[in-house]
Amino acid sequence: MIAIIKYNAGNTTSVKNAIERLGFDCIVTDDNQQIRSADKVIFPGVGEARSAMNYLRERGLDELIISLTKPLLGICLGQQLLCKTSEEGNTKCLGVFDVEVKKFPATDVVPHMGWNCHRQFNNSPLFKGVSKDDNVYFVHSYYCELSENTIAECDYILPFSAAMQKDNFYATQFHPEKSASVGELILKNFLEL
Amino acid sequence: MLKKRIIPCLDIKDGRTVKGINFVDIRDAGDPIELAKRYVQDGADELVFLDITATLEKRKPLAELVEKIAREINIPFTVGGGINSLEDAKAAIKAGADKVSINSSAVKNPSLTTEIANEFGSQCMVVAIDTKFENGEWTVFVGGGKIPTGIKTLDWVKQVEELGAGEILLTSMNNDGTKSGFSLDIMDAVSRTINIPVIASGGAGAKVHFKDVFEKTKVSAALAASIFHFGEIPVPELKTYLKTENIPVR
Repeated sequence: MIAIIKYNAGNTTSVKNAIERLGFDCIVTDDNQQIRSADKVIFPGVGEARSAMNYLRERGLDELIISLTKPLLGICLGQQLLCKTSEEGNTKCLGVFDVEVKKFPATDVVPHMGWNCHRQFNNSPLFKGVSKDDNVYFVHSYYCELSENTIAECDYILPFSAAMQKDNFYATQFHPEKSASVGELILKNFLEL
Repeated sequence: MLKKRIIPCLDIKDGRTVKGINFVDIRDAGDPIELAKRYVQDGADELVFLDITATLEKRKPLAELVEKIAREINIPFTVGGGINSLEDAKAAIKAGADKVSINSSAVKNPSLTTEIANEFGSQCMVVAIDTKFENGEWTVFVGGGKIPTGIKTLDWVKQVEELGAGEILLTSMNNDGTKSGFSLDIMDAVSRTINIPVIASGGAGAKVHFKDVFEKTKVSAALAASIFHFGEIPVPELKTYLKTENIPVR
């Protein structure tokens, strides 16, 4: 069973649909026990960092997420919330990645919205069968700085982390659930870890 | 490099697509799901569903359709036409829409843009604008292009950006349906005035029109309906052409 964490910044419907299209069972939940007993956890997110963190703290989900040892995939805001801090609302985040989340400088159109490919790819199981020239769908105004946890690097206005990994924590800035067949492959790779 | 997006627009009436669709290998051309899946296969970058049902109460049937679409397609899509309140937006987004677009209701009730953006993030708030060049200036029309507001288009786009819109869908009424190309001057002016993505709409009739609007203006995407539906310009053919013309597309 795959648990999709339900909170106030979720595009949980899209993620649930994508997982079901791949033939996996999933449940959208904020129940600690259900999340703990799931095989894998997806931490989606479209929304605003501060209110999302407040919501997670009020329900003890912040402690729960960082204590998980099973594979977890943060998506979009989910990736950003796994970082140390975010400039969005000057928010202290979960701190799994020792990385700061910053706002794109307004030297080009913001948000970074649409299909983009990668400058660089690490050899991660998440990208098995995926080429760095394959396009995935992004929509975000804040970005995760490059770090030792970066497993895919994208360039828009400046280079940033399109995907990160540390131990059992995986994260993508792009939306695999909205990235056509390439996104499905990445999700499938995660679900089959 | 960020790619320029190609967006087919589907008009929906009573749960069916209208405007006469003639894909050869689609069994039921009126079924929006079948059509949407075909466009996804063809490499469309996003889809827009515009509900033109005349009945007042359309939130529930629209939400049911959105749910079905969301289950079947794996690219982002926008829903518009039936969104007049925060509750309407909530219903569409909960059903699985990635973005909602508002047009007349954004003019009538400017705070609606802010309310939806605050609740769901500005990335899902598309403000659609119908604009017309008359007596030497571009102004905004509402009510399906029938009612002049007198608001200058460049003033309105600045305002909606401040109100929290994440994207603007800009239709030139002078060009819409003419197949003579997008209006390069207003697309250029608007995309240089604001710093959020602009989708150009109205006038696409040939592949070169897409090249022109991407080369000569800063728009992020281009939308069309009939030329895609009638198979006049298949999406894969358009993408191949744009690639050879060095326009970055997926």
